[in-house]
Amino acid sequence: MTRLVPGIFVLLAIAGLWLPQWAMFIMTVAIARGLVVLGLLLLLRCGLVSFGQALFYCLGAYSAGALGRFLGVSDIFVQMLVGGAVAGLAAFVIGFLLARYRGIFFGLLSLALSMILYGLLVKTEALGSTDGFNIPPSTLFGVRPGADWVRYAVMISAAGVAALAALLVHRYLLTPLGRLAPAIKDNEIRVEYMGASARRAVHVKYVIAAVLAGIGGALAATTVGHIDPDMAYWTSSGEFIFIAILAGTGNVLAPFVGALIYGAIHTMAYDLSPHTWQMSLGVALLVLIVFLPQGVWSLAGRLRARRS
Amino acid sequence: MKIVNVTHGSFYAIGAYAAASLTAAWLARGYPPMLSYAVLVVAAILVAAPFAILIERGILRFLYVRDEVVILLVTYALFLILEDVVKLIWGVNPYYIAQPYALLGSFQVAGMAYPTYNLVLVAAAVLFGGGLAWFLHGTRAGKLLLAVIHDPEISRAMGVNVDRFYLATFLLGSLLAALAGAFTAPTVSVVPGLGVDVIVLSFAVVVIGGLGSLPGAALGAVIVGVVRSLSVHYLPQVELFVIYFVMAAVLAVRPRGLFSLAEPRKI
Amino acid sequence: MPVVLDAQGLCKSFGAVTAAAEVSAAIEKDSVVGLIGTNGAGKTTFINMITGYLKPDRGAIAYEGRDITRLAPRDITRLGICRSFQIPQLYGSLSVLENMMIGIGIVLRNGGLGGYFSRGEPLVPGFGRPPREVAEQLLGRFGLLEDRERNAQVLPGGARKLLDIALTMVTKPRVLLLDEPTSGVSAGEKFGIMQMVLDAARAEGATVLFVEHDMEVVSRFAQRVLAFYDGRIIADAPPQAVLQDPQVKRYVVGSHDVRRNGSA
Repeated sequence: MTRLVPGIFVLLAIAGLWLPQWAMFIMTVAIARGLVVLGLLLLLRCGLVSFGQALFYCLGAYSAGALGRFLGVSDIFVQMLVGGAVAGLAAFVIGFLLARYRGIFFGLLSLALSMILYGLLVKTEALGSTDGFNIPPSTLFGVRPGADWVRYAVMISAAGVAALAALLVHRYLLTPLGRLAPAIKDNEIRVEYMGASARRAVHVKYVIAAVLAGIGGALAATTVGHIDPDMAYWTSSGEFIFIAILAGTGNVLAPFVGALIYGAIHTMAYDLSPHTWQMSLGVALLVLIVFLPQGVWSLAGRLRARRS
Repeated sequence: MKIVNVTHGSFYAIGAYAAASLTAAWLARGYPPMLSYAVLVVAAILVAAPFAILIERGILRFLYVRDEVVILLVTYALFLILEDVVKLIWGVNPYYIAQPYALLGSFQVAGMAYPTYNLVLVAAAVLFGGGLAWFLHGTRAGKLLLAVIHDPEISRAMGVNVDRFYLATFLLGSLLAALAGAFTAPTVSVVPGLGVDVIVLSFAVVVIGGLGSLPGAALGAVIVGVVRSLSVHYLPQVELFVIYFVMAAVLAVRPRGLFSLAEPRKI
Repeated sequence: MPVVLDAQGLCKSFGAVTAAAEVSAAIEKDSVVGLIGTNGAGKTTFINMITGYLKPDRGAIAYEGRDITRLAPRDITRLGICRSFQIPQLYGSLSVLENMMIGIGIVLRNGGLGGYFSRGEPLVPGFGRPPREVAEQLLGRFGLLEDRERNAQVLPGGARKLLDIALTMVTKPRVLLLDEPTSGVSAGEKFGIMQMVLDAARAEGATVLFVEHDMEVVSRFAQRVLAFYDGRIIADAPPQAVLQDPQVKRYVVGSHDVRRNGSA
């Protein structure tokens, strides 16, 4: 993994020079979503389903947007940093309450919080209310790339950050705290009696997941060029959950691959029937849960097993 | 029932839409308006029941053995599907049926006009709440249900038809949600997104009142209702916030809600 | 011998049920103490209070002179007071070896090792060897080495008990509280397992308290016995004296003879 990730980054950097604009757009959006899902998976491994990651995604997006639009700061790295920091701070505070809960409590509390943000944003005129607002294109270390190069620059920056994040999370999963997830899911009493705090571990993971989602949100904001309160709506969280189930908790690259596949499905389904998009998503999710609970990754595993 | 049901919100929406559309049709045809209340109830039940049965028998039944996370995700997926199904059947335009609400008029209380319909709602809530409590603790079927919820395996070993009880419970719960939606329909405009709002609110109610406690739910509902009204009146911007502050405050002091049932001994 | 664990006047009620009424006991270092009593007498509640899972309504618990009454289980474990469970608390979905490795991982982290930036295999504090070796050594000592790849939840009852105890040993107990270590184990194996566990504990210099229903096991291994009834300690003496005590005979043991060497 530690060699695969940089390898893919280099591949993308080179191949990107030939990719058409729309492909780079899709790639960047997939990376943004993948980051959110990477965090979501940290929580899923503990047995916690967060129905409200959209909260941090939206916070990250609006922070980046505010930076760009009101403060004139459009450096993409600063935007991502601030987006992640704001989200992380929020998660730190919320975590004191949320980390005590499990199961449906955790899920619905997180949902409720993201819906509160939605409600707040809708009522805030200064931020454009339901329409949201546009964001000027990003700069890189003070340099404004030419119109043709903006997409590429953003994509590479995104890929770089994502690669770093993936490696850091991978490393984290090898530490004792990272390895605690299946134990927390299985038997918290045992965890406590071995001398570790399940609550603290969940709090830490919640903050990490939020930071990742915040960075993803900032990235999405600058790529799409527009942000609105829908980013905090519950359906937004639903998309992340879908990608998480699609990807499975197997490895740190899966979320990004899942996000790409999701992007493809979304485009196709939307073209076919825009009004039943949610239903299609729900049906697909149901099918996945019932037949492929470990995500598409497990298909690869099964194929390998059958061949040998 | 110890399964977590995000789909509950969908049934609320289904009940509301069914009631709204069928009552509107009833009134449009010139049938007696006083009977529209009955139409509300019948519509909700007739439409919600097939959905509930289909979902429980067709999907949920096979998934009770899987772990909690799976059931949570499945009901979430069903929620997504039902949101669109509702849109497909009833469209995205809002439904207004003000007539049942307005028909009963209002009466004077402390110098303000209070709609009589609201009294009906309160009465209905008390009736259904009391009825449920009586059913669970006073009838044989109700007590069996509590036993099944507590431990399905032992119940099965004792010869109880657990599958039928699960179906009955899910049906009952969903119908109650639908009826709630139906009764509320005349007081609001029925729009898409009704389901989510109510899930979030009813979750706050359950959390404040305490998991698994009926009197707790009643108290929680009263608290949430009063707090909401107060905030809408004095500080409308913080309406959503306030509920969650109350919830966080309650949880900080009593992590399982105000009236939570005693937790069984684990070690 | 100095007093290592001192419980003073512990009281605990759950509504109308009194689980502990003025329970006091001073446990001496290196002793082996048996806790007997019928079900519901308050033995597990006593252990739960000492290990911080329950907080007493009144009373205090001191460990080596330091008050630990309000501490959380994880802090008490880290101080060296560890317990095994009546119903084995395992990570059912993981393998036997993974159960041990997770436990060792926690100990590593508490010892400040095995962090984000560490390279290579750290040595487990208290054992001085790499994690995998420690895991296999402990599993071997409890006869679980062949089962190391099996899922914990498919193990038979006795093996689960042993895994539960093996996990407890990972945290290097200085005071070891065993809740019914031989329940679910066949009559012929009880003595062997008890000897195995006590040897392992004594090798670490631990003080041992064990809850036991089998009076033959109690007479054989305990130096001192605390008899519980209805939330109170009704006898506190060496085994033979306690087992002859008329109150104990009436409320706990029953009146038929218990012979020392294990034959019925």
